[in-house]
Amino acid sequence: MRDAITLEDDAAPAQSPPVRKDPGTGPVVIEASGVHKTFFIPEQKIDTLKERAAHPFTRTAYRELRALRDVSFDVRQGEFFGIVGRNGSGKSTLLKILASIYRPDAGRVRMAGRVAPFIELGVGFNPEMTARENCTLSGVLMGLTRREAAKRLDSVLDFGELREFVDLKVKNYSSGMMVRLAFAIMIQANADIMLIDEVLAVGDAAFAQKCMDVFYERRAAGKTIVLVTHDMSMVQSLCHRAMVIHDGGVQYVGEPEQTAMRYYRVNFADPDAELGEVGKSPPEKPVTLDLNARLVHARLVDERGEPLANLEQGAPMILDAVMESARELVDPIFVVHVRNADGLVLFGFTRTLPGVVSEGQRVRLSGRIENRLVPGTYTLDCWIRRDRQTGDMALQAMRLTQFVVFGTAPRHGVVSLETDIEPVVEDALRPQ
Amino acid sequence: MSVHAPELALRDVPGPSALGGGWRRSLELLWVIAVYDFKKAFFGTILGYVWSLARPLLLFAVLVTVFTKIFRFPTVPHYPVMLLMNIVLYGFFQEATILAVGSVVGQEAIVRKTQFPRLVIPLAVVLTSLFNLLLNLVVVLIFILGFGVTPTWTWLLFPVVLALLIIITTAVSMIVSSLYPRFRDVAIIWTVFSTALFYATPILYPVNSLSGHPTLRHVILLNPLAPIFELARKWIIQPSAPGPAQAAGGYLQLLPSMAIFVGICLLAIWVFNREAPRIAEQL
Repeated sequence: MRDAITLEDDAAPAQSPPVRKDPGTGPVVIEASGVHKTFFIPEQKIDTLKERAAHPFTRTAYRELRALRDVSFDVRQGEFFGIVGRNGSGKSTLLKILASIYRPDAGRVRMAGRVAPFIELGVGFNPEMTARENCTLSGVLMGLTRREAAKRLDSVLDFGELREFVDLKVKNYSSGMMVRLAFAIMIQANADIMLIDEVLAVGDAAFAQKCMDVFYERRAAGKTIVLVTHDMSMVQSLCHRAMVIHDGGVQYVGEPEQTAMRYYRVNFADPDAELGEVGKSPPEKPVTLDLNARLVHARLVDERGEPLANLEQGAPMILDAVMESARELVDPIFVVHVRNADGLVLFGFTRTLPGVVSEGQRVRLSGRIENRLVPGTYTLDCWIRRDRQTGDMALQAMRLTQFVVFGTAPRHGVVSLETDIEPVVEDALRPQ
Repeated sequence: MSVHAPELALRDVPGPSALGGGWRRSLELLWVIAVYDFKKAFFGTILGYVWSLARPLLLFAVLVTVFTKIFRFPTVPHYPVMLLMNIVLYGFFQEATILAVGSVVGQEAIVRKTQFPRLVIPLAVVLTSLFNLLLNLVVVLIFILGFGVTPTWTWLLFPVVLALLIIITTAVSMIVSSLYPRFRDVAIIWTVFSTALFYATPILYPVNSLSGHPTLRHVILLNPLAPIFELARKWIIQPSAPGPAQAAGGYLQLLPSMAIFVGICLLAIWVFNREAPRIAEQL
């Protein structure tokens, strides 16, 4: 059973390769129906009794902010569910309602299981407390007993790499350390449902990689995760389904690829922001993001043409992708990106297919890419530009495949380049 | 429903509230916050816990000097110990309620990011102050014995006094803590008011010493704290003292303060329930 956009999982679950199995059949564990939330923001905040007493009859002028409008969706057990949307679209408010921090004005939210929220880059620390104390506090907040929470301190510190700061007050932590601690606590709470808001916004690349590893691992373990993000590569690589929120309403729920496309559509005045790194001439505006082609399959194969899920460091990387055009394409351009888990484009190339590809015809992109990648998780994306000639620039982003490079060589940086540099002792420099 | 475990039953997520979210978890949380605050109060000061004892003792020393050397209550037996006990009891009420004012705002980080019964916050403040009170009561007991007060069986009734005091303290803490995020003046008002209340409570004087001032007596008898302090005096220090009802001139006269006591408790429940769901949005 091979789904078109599936990366087949052949080996090494220890490295937790991305498995897009179908968790859409489990029981519903999050159910939101008709959720409304409106904030009344006073034009001038009345904070004292005197002001209220001085103007007892002037009703405060409120600006009505309709944060959420009739939001309904379900998440099933084991799903990795993405929520995307522009800033201020209401996604964080929605997450806070799911986490029971805000009360919806109307509608109903139901959940099954223990919930661990990770909101506004944290799990709710008391800044005056040390990491040790916060670990207990947060653990208890997430439904553990004090003893259970204390027992997890070691694994929290190991994960966050914060052992030497265990007795430092959290207010003295850097923002990166704070996020690491918060994420570690959230992960160690081992809840049934995780609600995560923008975890990778702060923190260095090493931590981002660690988060991604955890996401893959929890996803494979069948945990239910709701992730709010701006990073479409995460949506496409991690999520089983995703939802676009726009102006407080649900605009789309479904396939991650579609979600990413619609997100770009609501968001994207300037697709160069995504494309810029490969040094392509910027496409003219206006840009529409439309369906140009559907992926039939895309995978890495070995030299005999057998599909590979994982690639040994240095082994030849051979791409085999077939897509079917969804409309007539004139001189279509294919831009392929190799991204690492941080979303950084490591490499890209552009190929033009001269001529007209009629609707329903298949296009194959296959061949060798030099493999200089260090161990880690990577994705291959493809952008398809429909028509080079006219001003109608229809672009489409497509996730081709995802793979893991494994190896034992020490890892420095993001690529490993060949070098013939060897240290030698130079006689002249020896002390005489 | 499903082939999976029955614990996957969907439950309503009602949003934040005063209570709810599991008793065990609430109690754990209450304990963690209260113990932490108790430790923190003395962390960083050189004398640590000694301050907790020294504060009421110093106040006691001042007041004893004033009221035994300058003004006199010759009719009140064991006046110094009565004073000390009353100061310690009122100290609990005042400390807890003043700390409660800023408590919700002080816990902003967890209020904004996590779901838990909001009632835990003022309760934790009361519990922290209660730890203090219990330690201070040990010192009071030493003084009581040292001043030659005879132990009686009514000492066993002291938990009743304590319970009443805890109830009213909790109620007031709930009110001030939930109103403060919206009305920041609560902090100032309450500081002044709690000082005024110190003098309007029979701490420095027993109610029956006010027989010459009937109006004042009536006002003070409206104070729901008054019967509590009168009870404490009668049961612990001077069994021959008139009880609250007797001092008030009959049970009927005691009704207004009891009504106010109940009224404050009901008000606390109403206000807190009303504010709790939206407290996170107002921070």
